[in-house]
Formats: sequence, structure tokens, C-alpha cells
Amino acid sequence: MEGSLSNGSCKSLFKMPEIKFTKLFINGEFVDSVSGKTFETIDPRTGEAIARIAEGDKEDVDLAVKAARQAFDHGPWPRFSGAERRGIMLKFADLIEEHAEVLAVLEALDAGKLHSWAKMGDIPGAANTLRYYAGAADKIHGEVLKMSRALQGYTLREPIGVVGHIIPWNFPTTMFFMKVSPALAAGCTMIVKPAEQTPLIALYFAHLAKLAGVPDGVLNVVPGFGPTAGAAIASHMDIDKVSFTGSTDVGRQVMQAAATSNLKPVSLELGGKSPLLIFDDVDVNTAADMALLGILFNKGEICVASSRVYVQEGIYDEFEKKLVEKAKAWVVGDPFDPAVRQGPQVDKKQFDRILSYIEHGKREGATLLTGGKPIGKKGYYIEPTIFTNVTEDMLIAKNEIFGPVMALMKFKTVEEAIKSANNTRYGLAAGIMTKDLNVANTVSRSIRAGIIWINCYFAFDSDCPYGGYKMSGFGRDCGLESLHNYLQVKSVVTPIFNSPWL
Amino acid sequence: MASLRNGSTKSLFKLREIKFTMLFIDGEFVDSVSGRTFETIDPRTGEVIARIAEGDKEDIDLAVKAARRAFDHGPWPRFSGAERRRLMWKFADLIEEHVEELAALDALDAGKVYLRAKTAEIPGAAEFLRFFAGAADKIHGEVLKMSSELQGYTLREPVGVVGHIIPWNFPTTMFFMKVSPALAAGCTMIVKPAEQTPLTALYYAHLAKLAGIPDGVLNVVPGFGPTAGAAICSHMDIDYVCFTGSTDVGRLVMQAAAASNLKQVSLELGGKSPLLIFDDADLDTAADVALLGNLYNKGEICVASSRVFVQEGIYDKFEKKLLEKAKAWLVGDPFDPTVRQGPQISERHFDRILSYIEHGKREGATLLTGGKPIGDKGYYIEPTIFTNVKEDMIIAKEEIFGPVMALMKFKTVEEAIKSANNTQYGLAAGIVTKDLNVANTVSRSIRAGIIWINCYFGFSMDCPYGGYKMSGFGREYGLESLYKYLQIKSVVTPIYNSPWL
Repeated sequence: MEGSLSNGSCKSLFKMPEIKFTKLFINGEFVDSVSGKTFETIDPRTGEAIARIAEGDKEDVDLAVKAARQAFDHGPWPRFSGAERRGIMLKFADLIEEHAEVLAVLEALDAGKLHSWAKMGDIPGAANTLRYYAGAADKIHGEVLKMSRALQGYTLREPIGVVGHIIPWNFPTTMFFMKVSPALAAGCTMIVKPAEQTPLIALYFAHLAKLAGVPDGVLNVVPGFGPTAGAAIASHMDIDKVSFTGSTDVGRQVMQAAATSNLKPVSLELGGKSPLLIFDDVDVNTAADMALLGILFNKGEICVASSRVYVQEGIYDEFEKKLVEKAKAWVVGDPFDPAVRQGPQVDKKQFDRILSYIEHGKREGATLLTGGKPIGKKGYYIEPTIFTNVTEDMLIAKNEIFGPVMALMKFKTVEEAIKSANNTRYGLAAGIMTKDLNVANTVSRSIRAGIIWINCYFAFDSDCPYGGYKMSGFGRDCGLESLHNYLQVKSVVTPIFNSPWL
Repeated sequence: MASLRNGSTKSLFKLREIKFTMLFIDGEFVDSVSGRTFETIDPRTGEVIARIAEGDKEDIDLAVKAARRAFDHGPWPRFSGAERRRLMWKFADLIEEHVEELAALDALDAGKVYLRAKTAEIPGAAEFLRFFAGAADKIHGEVLKMSSELQGYTLREPVGVVGHIIPWNFPTTMFFMKVSPALAAGCTMIVKPAEQTPLTALYYAHLAKLAGIPDGVLNVVPGFGPTAGAAICSHMDIDYVCFTGSTDVGRLVMQAAAASNLKQVSLELGGKSPLLIFDDADLDTAADVALLGNLYNKGEICVASSRVFVQEGIYDKFEKKLLEKAKAWLVGDPFDPTVRQGPQISERHFDRILSYIEHGKREGATLLTGGKPIGDKGYYIEPTIFTNVKEDMIIAKEEIFGPVMALMKFKTVEEAIKSANNTQYGLAAGIVTKDLNVANTVSRSIRAGIIWINCYFGFSMDCPYGGYKMSGFGREYGLESLYKYLQIKSVVTPIYNSPWL
């Protein structure tokens, strides 16, 4: 079945795929929701429905938890050796690669993400993440302790149990595997609630998990809405841990629900208003490219976006000029068009929200350097937008917009830059551009954020933990650190007698 | 001058005066903003020991301001690990110099056995400080194995301003369990000691200053949970709150943290820990472990082995031995060196324990021994053992936090494991057996944070402990606990022409 092209060139390679998986995946089966309800998932290029998906609610989460609990308490998954879990995870990764074409299309379609990027980055990245954690599954160590009296003590790092993953819509694939992979490696079982905007690929991954041999009940996928399915997970009495990525406001609700229910530990990866500090010893062209990518990558729908850009006085004017040039040349359009660099925003709600922030910016007295308007009449496309003459108390400098909107500001000294960088309740990421070793070291230590990129941005890596300081959350994803989210420490102590040493 | 009451004249120590009764903020002892004070009670008699300044929201605000300034601009986080170590060791030395007075204060304020405080708990405080002081200059990040041409490393940075909310059962141990790793990590902090037991916390504040801990680094604000405690949990400028106490209050702490600034939280909550005694156990040892597990610190300890399961084969002999030992267990004035159990902490708690005992009787359990208060003054309760307890009884499910044991029987290993895990809690567990395989299987199968095999309360500085399930999350003791007060920052830079990846 061929979808028609809208809002882009005819160079599109896109054919609307058959949407094979539209039901909840519980205990190894695709099933309707208990209520029988379904919801639409929308194509952000056009605002039209792609498919109807089964809508999970509390009763469905209950069934999924029952299955996951059975699988954890009595099933083979935690009882497999690390090597056996590794084998199945590697098979899963292979299957992802075999299905890469259709997966890349689903990712781009559901979330408005660049198809070329999904194909070269997000989908292979998923396989990579699985392989990274698969290789760690048989290397999860406890410690033998140095007891101060005649006792033998050691710690075991045990899988924490049934995990709830609540994932956002901006990186449906990356988020899925960033959380599922370490939890699988640790021997946990889980329920994933993908965002209601982007359920398609999560259900496909459930299908591949089954093909790979992941036992029934280990990985359950229940699409649905936050206030229903998400809330049911956060407040479930039999879920041992919740891992949430999303907005700060919902993060609050997740943590509160966890507290009022069974005091399950939570990890939260929330919003950001990350600063990019550009010192005057850098190449202006490179800096402008970096700044633009920092705010326009994935149409600005990325928690670590460098939405506040501070440029040192000495190069400011030249930088601003270069930036506007590049912004005007930035192609926005159909994400299936290989020439396009920015697709549509994920849905109408986000689209409206971003435009309303742009209006705020104008009202607050910032100068609209470029952009600021929607593109076309169909879908949710917005021009790359840059505000200058922004003061730090403006809403557009304080609130996370989550769209292609940059606040561009000036600074004089290193101290000023640090102060401005830290002048936010968030603390997710930061970028520093300089050739000076000492500036790089001092500033990277002084900014209170969980990941600092020096002369680069979005430099993620399987082995590199990332997460929030301050109100950007706590807990780390990626790297071996994130395994700790899914393990708990048990100490075992026994008296010893006649030991020749202590 | 405090005089002896409700016990023998063999008391070892006379306390002359309560020296520190005001809030300690930014290096000074000050009155509370409101001018209010509250009483702290002697549980041997129910009488007032002293009036203490009562901290509330405004006082917490002042303390946080001081701690924030000390963290953002003061020397403490900027000291090398070795420099923090030096001051922490000084602090430890000062504690040892004042051990008798400190032990007397805890015995007085919390009804704890004086000799135990003097020989174990107060020296334990110095040990915490020294253990973590020695770790302060060994806090490592990692260099990462990046998969493209990037140099990546992690820094473990102090998390910032920490709020410690500590309970009344181990005023000294709890204080240093939390303060020591936080100090070593380079954090600054506000400690809210329990309203029942503010005395030693204020004394420690004084010693901290003598030791040279800079102003604002360690602030102590006594007060009540719903006021001072709540102010800490919901403060917009505290980065981390570390709480030990009841599960109910733990919920409020986590909710307040979420509703305010999403500060990180660690919780160490209640327990209903099982002790499984297999039939190859030595009877005498087993009975001693079971009794100590329930009566140590008058049962006011989160890891108390309040559910004791004994394998059929030795049950009858065990019950007889246990009864003997329970009847010989001396309860009285904690300053009396022959006494093994002092008074419960407060009248409210005393009433609560007695009400659970009534529940037990009403639910149909058999009262084997004890069950009654001792004397007319103070809060003394007899060592109490219930048998014929069913797992759905309140006395088998809820944490009583007093000298009350639920004694039950089991047949097989599988049954024992199932019973052990049949609780919403998961703090500790004990296993008494000589069989290696039973020990290994059962220790892996019980969902609890610390498993003691052929011992109980086997704590050690290097050994982390904390909850599974509704007993909380986060670990105290050991290097694990240091990581609570540190956060990970990754720093990534491109590299060029590297000869290897």
C-alpha cells in the first residue's frame, strides 16, 4: 500500500508500510486491551492517523505485572546464567538488524524523525546497546568485604525484580533499548509503556523479542496514556522499580505515586535547559554548526538540547552572522526526503506549545533573529528559530521549549559564563567550545550538569553514563552505571573461626 | 544534677549538666527564630531532662543558607580529601575524649544501656568517622571505553547540601552513619535529630566545631517531624535527603521531595525480619541469637529478628531453652551494669507496644512469657514471646519495635523460605545452620538487604546494609553509602590521531 507524499519533495523513497503489530504484548502474546479500547497514532507530516492501537489501562498493566512477576519469581530468566541471557540478547540484536529497513520507516513515521538518521543511527544503535549490555551480563560482580572482626562478608548484586519502564516519544527506539537492555542483562523482567504518540516500534520490538527467544512474561509492552497506564505502573504495588524519562512535571507525579504506593525506587531523566558556552578562541564556522545542531537535531525534541547559547563578546557579531546564514539554509521537510535535515514536531500539542513559547519570547521583548513561524498548512513543521537580546529571567531562557528555538546570549568572562550556565534549575548537559585546556578543565568542573561535552555535542556512547543533576533528575542511563538501576545490593555475613588474617 | 531512679545504686556515671540545648547553625549555638523550646524526657521516669530549642521552617531556611554558602563558596568541598580526612580524624579523637559524657547522654535520652553505649556505640561513632575519613582521598571516577574517537571520563562530585533526618533508637550511630560519608564526600549538611533524642547531636555539633569543621558544613536543628523534618524534605535548595525511620513517614519524605525540587532520596525504613533456625543448629547458640535478635536495644532496632521460625525437629527443646533465657533477662536502669534492657523510648511508644501485645492475645496467639509492663515509673516492658502465631496475624505482619517475639515452626527449607519472604518488608534475615548448602540456598532466596548466617547484628564498617521491598532503598555503611552523596558527571572530548581506541 503506497502512502501519498505530502509536504515534501518527490525524492521521497517512502512507501507506507503495513502496520503489523497493534495490540498489547503480554506474557508472550499479542492481545486486545481488557476494555477493548483503541487509540490513534498520528503521522506528524500530515496530522492523519497511521493506525489504531490497543489502549492499555490499569487492568492490562495488572495482567502484565502478573506475567512479569511469574516470570521473575518462577521463570527461567533470572535463573539463566549471564551467558545464556547474553545469547538471547545477541539474537535479539541480530533480528533488529535483519528488520532494519521496516524499523527505520516505523521510527521516522511515528515520531517525524529523519529516516536517514533512523536507518544509520537509531536502529543500529539499538542493536549496539543490546550487544553492549549482553556482554556485561556475565560480569556482574559483588564484592568481598574487609570486615573489622572475625566475619566473612560479601555482597551480591541481585536483579531487583519487576521493572516498569515509562518511555517518551522523542527517541522511541533509543529509549526502549537504553532501558530494556540493562534490565534484561541484570535478569529483571519488565513492562514497557511506550509513549502514546509512538507505540508502533515498541510493539515490533516485542515481536522480535519473542522470535529471539526471550521467555514469555519477561518483556511486556503495554501502550497507553500517562494518566492511565503510566499511573498504573507508577503506583503498582507489585512493581519493584520504575524508570522514567519524560517531563519534569510528570516525573514529580511518578515519584509521588511510587511513594504513596509501595515505595518503589525510581530513576528519573527529566528536562533540561542546557547551556552551550562558546569562547572566543574557537573557529566561528565550527561553533555555529555546533550551536545549530545542538538545538535543531531531532527538531529540538531532545532533553539535552543546547537551548541556551552563550557566545563570548570577541566573536559574537561574526558568530551571529554565520549562525543566521546557516539557519536560513537548514532544510525542513518530509523526514523521508534524504535532503531534509529537520522533520515535523511530534504532534499538534507540541507544535502549539512551541509556537506559544515563540509568542512569549516576542512579548517578553527578545529579538527574533530568524524563523518563528510554522511551515505549510499540513503537519507540524516549524522554522529554525533564534532569539537574541534574551535576558536570563525570560521564560524562553528558563523553561524547556523542546523545539527548534534557540536563546542566544553574550558573555564577557569565564566567571560570568559559569554563573550563567548554572543559572537554571536544570542540570542535564552542557557544551564548552574552547581550545584552552585550563578553561576546559575549570569550566567542566564548575558547571553543575550530568554530562559535559567539550568541543562536541550529543557525543553519546554505550560506555558513557548520562543523567541529571538538580531538577533534571537522578540515576544514570548508558554505561555500566545504568545496570545499578536494576540491581540491588544484598550483604551476606557469616562468622569465621581461626582465620590466619583479617 | 540528675539522680538515680528506678534501679540499683550501682550506677556508673553521674551527669552534671546538659551543656548544649540550642540549635547549631553556621558554627554558632542559637535560639530558634520562634523562641520556642521543647522537652526531652528521661524514659526511666517520664521526667524532663532539659528544654531544647525547637527548630522549625525558618530555622531550617537559615541552616540551608549556611550550608549552601559553605558548599558553593566555602572551603569544605575545595579541600583535598586528605584535608577533610585530617579534620574528621580530629573529630573522632574528640569523641573518644568525651566518651563517658556522651554515653551517659544517650543512655539518659534514649534509655540505652550505658555500658553498651560507652564500650560500643560511642567508640563506633569515632570508627565511622575514621573509616570514611580514610576513603575521602580515594574517591574515583572512571575513564571510559568510548567506541569512537572520544575521550570520556566520569567525575564523582559531591551532591551538595544534604538533609539527614535521623531516628531516636541509635542517636549516635545514626548521626555518624550518615554524617561521616557525607563529610568525606565533600558535602555540607543539616541534621535533624529525632525530637526524643536531641542531646548527643548537639554535643557532636560542639565537637565538630572544636575539631575545625568549617562553619556551615554541619548544622544541627532539633525539632519535630511535621515541622522541621517536613521543611527539610520540601526545601527547594536541599539536594539530597537521607531518612531513617518508619515506613509511613518515609512515604511522606519521598512525596515531599517529589513535590518540591525532585531531590534525591534514600530511605531506610521498617522491618519484620525473619530468623530461620534449622534443626542442625546448636540449641544454646540459637536461643541466644533469637533472644538477642529481639531484645537488643529493647527491640527498638529496624533489623530486629521479630519473626523466629524454628524447624520442627528441635522446636520443643528450643522453646524450653528460650523461655529459660528470657526469664533470666534483666530489665532495669540502663546505668546499672548488670542490666541488659532499659526502658522503651517514650510513653507513646510504650503504649503502642502494649497495644500490640493485646492484639496478639486477642488474635489467639499464645503468650509464652512476658507481656506486662514493669514497675510504675518509666517505660519498662518484660521480654515477651508469642507462640502459635499465624502469619496473617497483626503481630506477625506489623513492626512492633519492642521486646516482642513471634515464634513459629516450619518443616522444610522451601517452607522456611516462603515464610521468610511472606512480608512487605525486606531489611534483614538470619539463618542458623551448619549446612553449607542450606546456608547458600536460603541466603540467596530471602529477599532482604542483609543476611546473617549463624550470627545476628553482624555489622561492620565495610559492610553495606539497607532495604529490599518496602524496607526502603539506598545503602548505609560501606563504600556503597559514600556513593549516595556523590553524583556522576561525564566529561567527553574528541581526540585525534589516537594510536588506539
